[in-house]
Amino acid sequence: MKVSEIVKSLNLKVFSGESGLSNEIDGGYVSDLLSDVMGHADAGNVWVTLQNHKNVMAIASLKELAAIILVKGIEPEADTIEQSNQEGIPVLGTNLGTYEIVGKLYQMLNT
Amino acid sequence: MQTYRADLHIHTVLSPCGDLDMSPRNIVALAKARNLDIIAITDHNSTLHGPLARRLATPLGIKVLFGAEVTTREEAHCVCLFDTEEQRQAFQAFIDDNLPNLPNNPDKFGYQVVVDENDEILQEVEPLLISALKSSVGDVQAKVHELNGLFIPAHVDRPRYSLISQLGFIPPDLRFDALEIFRNTDPSEFLALHSYLKNPTLIKNSDAHFPDQLGEPYTKYLLESPTFEEIAKALHRQDGREVLL
Repeated sequence: MKVSEIVKSLNLKVFSGESGLSNEIDGGYVSDLLSDVMGHADAGNVWVTLQNHKNVMAIASLKELAAIILVKGIEPEADTIEQSNQEGIPVLGTNLGTYEIVGKLYQMLNT
Repeated sequence: MQTYRADLHIHTVLSPCGDLDMSPRNIVALAKARNLDIIAITDHNSTLHGPLARRLATPLGIKVLFGAEVTTREEAHCVCLFDTEEQRQAFQAFIDDNLPNLPNNPDKFGYQVVVDENDEILQEVEPLLISALKSSVGDVQAKVHELNGLFIPAHVDRPRYSLISQLGFIPPDLRFDALEIFRNTDPSEFLALHSYLKNPTLIKNSDAHFPDQLGEPYTKYLLESPTFEEIAKALHRQDGREVLL
């Protein structure tokens, strides 16, 4: 499933990294601790988090994640947007909380 | 007793986010130029540049404390300070045992280099130093105190990587020697906001990653002499030694 498909189905906002909307998704990871994502996320994961600073892009790039979803209406910082566009890794947004969006995402990706 | 100026939270080029100009040699020269009497070398999860800094600083009359800014499992930063080489090595061993073996990627995170007195590179440190240790805040505190060091949660009111950002509060039963507050924070406002804390000692340091930042801010201490023991007394408000914040 491509990032663009979950954007459509889950009504996600696209903040940046549009060139990566065609990225293939392979599973997801949920954590707000960057060190945890660094240690345990897999390539192709969609990462759901409330962290919006540019360090999240360094990690997304390092781990070759498909996209980042920011929850609760949180928006990425300016340098995060810049990195996202450079890397071609989309930063997406939802007004839903982590629990709700992950529930829906899991239904889409894993069932 | 007299007043000594101390900056107890300084990064060198070893920290991946530390500027290339932050060699121990440059830091010591800058500290002298800025009239700092006491500095601490506190790289992310590493104590390796302490001894060189001390060797260079001693002839200039500057006291150097060893230490590190540790990232706990909760991703809270804590400044851990030590006096002797023995303590430093023991704490470095603790860090080495608890640092995950995630390799650094210099393009993404910056270089992690140990240098000599001429700023020549001696080695590159492989494991990513901004990883979180497997140890919790409590684990780190226990280890620091076991080694007779000083345990100072870093920039506790910063919106990231602080006790308050990560836990929501300062654990009232956490045994710290002082709390480092953010440079713009008014100490009395902080104390009023965290009235559940029992009169903690507050200090401010630069957390310098770039040369311009060194000593900005520093804190004044009323001490008999510029030593580790005297600083400990000041943090604990013993025998008339004080932190003048």
